[in-house]
Amino acid sequence: MKSLRAYIITRIFLTIPMIFILVTLVFLIVRIMPGDPVRAMLRPGAPQEYVDNIKHSLGLDKPLIIQYFEYLYNLLRGDLGESLAPVQGRPIVKDLREKFPATLELSIFSMAISMVIGIFTGAYAAYKRRSFIDYGFRIYGIVIYTIPVFWLGLMLQMFFGVYLKLLPVYGRIGIGLTPEKITGLFILDSILTGNMAGLVSAIKHLILPSLTLGLYISGVFTRLTRTNMLDVLSQDFITAARARGLSERVVVYKHALKNALIPIMTMMGLQFALLLAGAVLTETTFSWPGLGRFLIDRILYRDFPSIQSSVVFIAILVAVVSLLVDIIYSYLDPRIRY
Amino acid sequence: MEKENEFFVNKFFGWLIKGAKWYGSEFYITAIGSIIILVIILITVFAPIIAPYNPIKFVGDTFSPPNSNFYMGTDNLGRDVFSRVIYGARVVLSIAFLSSIFSALLGIPLGLLSGFIGGKIDRILSLIMDSIYSFPGLILAIAMAALLGPGIINISIAIAFVYVPTYFRMSRGHTLSIKEELYVEAAKSLGAKSSTILIKYIFPNVIQSIVVVFSLNIADAILTAAGLSFLGLGIPPPTPDWGMDLSQGRAFLPSGSWWIITFPGIMISVTTLGFSMIGEGLNEILNPKITER
Repeated sequence: MKSLRAYIITRIFLTIPMIFILVTLVFLIVRIMPGDPVRAMLRPGAPQEYVDNIKHSLGLDKPLIIQYFEYLYNLLRGDLGESLAPVQGRPIVKDLREKFPATLELSIFSMAISMVIGIFTGAYAAYKRRSFIDYGFRIYGIVIYTIPVFWLGLMLQMFFGVYLKLLPVYGRIGIGLTPEKITGLFILDSILTGNMAGLVSAIKHLILPSLTLGLYISGVFTRLTRTNMLDVLSQDFITAARARGLSERVVVYKHALKNALIPIMTMMGLQFALLLAGAVLTETTFSWPGLGRFLIDRILYRDFPSIQSSVVFIAILVAVVSLLVDIIYSYLDPRIRY
Repeated sequence: MEKENEFFVNKFFGWLIKGAKWYGSEFYITAIGSIIILVIILITVFAPIIAPYNPIKFVGDTFSPPNSNFYMGTDNLGRDVFSRVIYGARVVLSIAFLSSIFSALLGIPLGLLSGFIGGKIDRILSLIMDSIYSFPGLILAIAMAALLGPGIINISIAIAFVYVPTYFRMSRGHTLSIKEELYVEAAKSLGAKSSTILIKYIFPNVIQSIVVVFSLNIADAILTAAGLSFLGLGIPPPTPDWGMDLSQGRAFLPSGSWWIITFPGIMISVTTLGFSMIGEGLNEILNPKITER
């Protein structure tokens, strides 16, 4: 167990510079880009004193290096600044805390859907190698990724929402059904408060967005599961299992799949970045009030402190998730620690 | 350089012949992808001849479904969807090509140098590139595009930034392995300059992979560009643009105007698919190691 602890500590020390670089990068992008963010926010022709005033109150008139250290210091204290618009002076942390559960809920369900679809299709394709079905699932793995996720969402909305009228196409929950806030995850909160109508509505609203995002990412898992399965299936212990006379189905699904699943875990961490990028588009398609929607909304207001902070928040989130996945992976597969 | 180019061209025709003889799946994938892209490029070039109407003029009733006058119907302003779809390829393809060229021009030399020089510079550059690579690309592009403002060049820069690490990692990896080869060692001991080694010995080895990465990169850049314009960060209306048309058509979805949002999306998918197929196919032809067992 000693080496596991050593691995975890090294891995954490590798994450810190990564977060630091991204935080610095976001700072530089916002400051050094041509164009004045404060001028861009205000109407054209705003008086210079007014612009200077806002800049002074934001500390934008100080030298860049001092701004940078102030920004790092505030970040360490967990202060992400205040938004400029639409409500001036509102702490950004408050907004992020409100929007994050929505994105989390969407992400969890999408990830689950994509794993189920991806692992099933990938394993089946490997089982029926070089068959018609194998080629079909391989083509699926390539094609699903080339479909823009927002368009996929629009198509699902059109089919299930507009034509079949089965599912709602916008929002997170029906009007007046919002459960009392405990975790911010509507499904969990509805269960905890015993709000059955809220639970049904929340699930109904969640189906289309998470299906959209889940389908989008599932292709990667299909391809990955298939390759891993083929890898495992060529190993000696599989030959041994077959020699013992076990049925092909048992060999593939019980022996091979279990071993092929471990590397797929690491991919989950990498896919999380893709998931968040997809979430921005999916949230826009379905008017889902999450982080992505928040970022896009604030871009329309040119509220650059919020833009900066939400990008930094996402950067930290991605780094932490990949750290956690790596730690779990090293726990499951001792070979990785060395 | 010319010799290497000749070698490369010969090899390319070699594949074509080999592929034609064998008709392997890689060959089919590459060929079909190439045909798709060729057709789309022709559509882009001959848009004024193919498109029946001016894409930004109001030419008919609003919201008419596809009919013999308007093959793909008309949108909320009475513009011909078919003509807009035809012209829409222009914006997306220029952004995708420009951004891929930008990131290749920055990423490849950086990767070559970083791998060749090694040491601290290499470690720092790699760490920076890995950080950018691990971050959700679209979100970075959104932030850049929002700050740079609209315009084909600006959006291309925003997208290019995201893909620099892809080229960097690829060319750095090649440089590291080729640096150790005997013939490079021999050239060094004969007194060849570093620049000569980089350009004459290492770079030609990277070219093959560049072709693969470039076509996969364009496929990805098309999706990113379409995503940006769907989010309202693309070329401002009324310029025909697939992503923007989708985001505007979204408002009319509840009324059942399926044609406004169906066709631009199909075009994005088909174009992306074409480039992916070229990339994946070439990859399997060039690196047979990872082809199917």
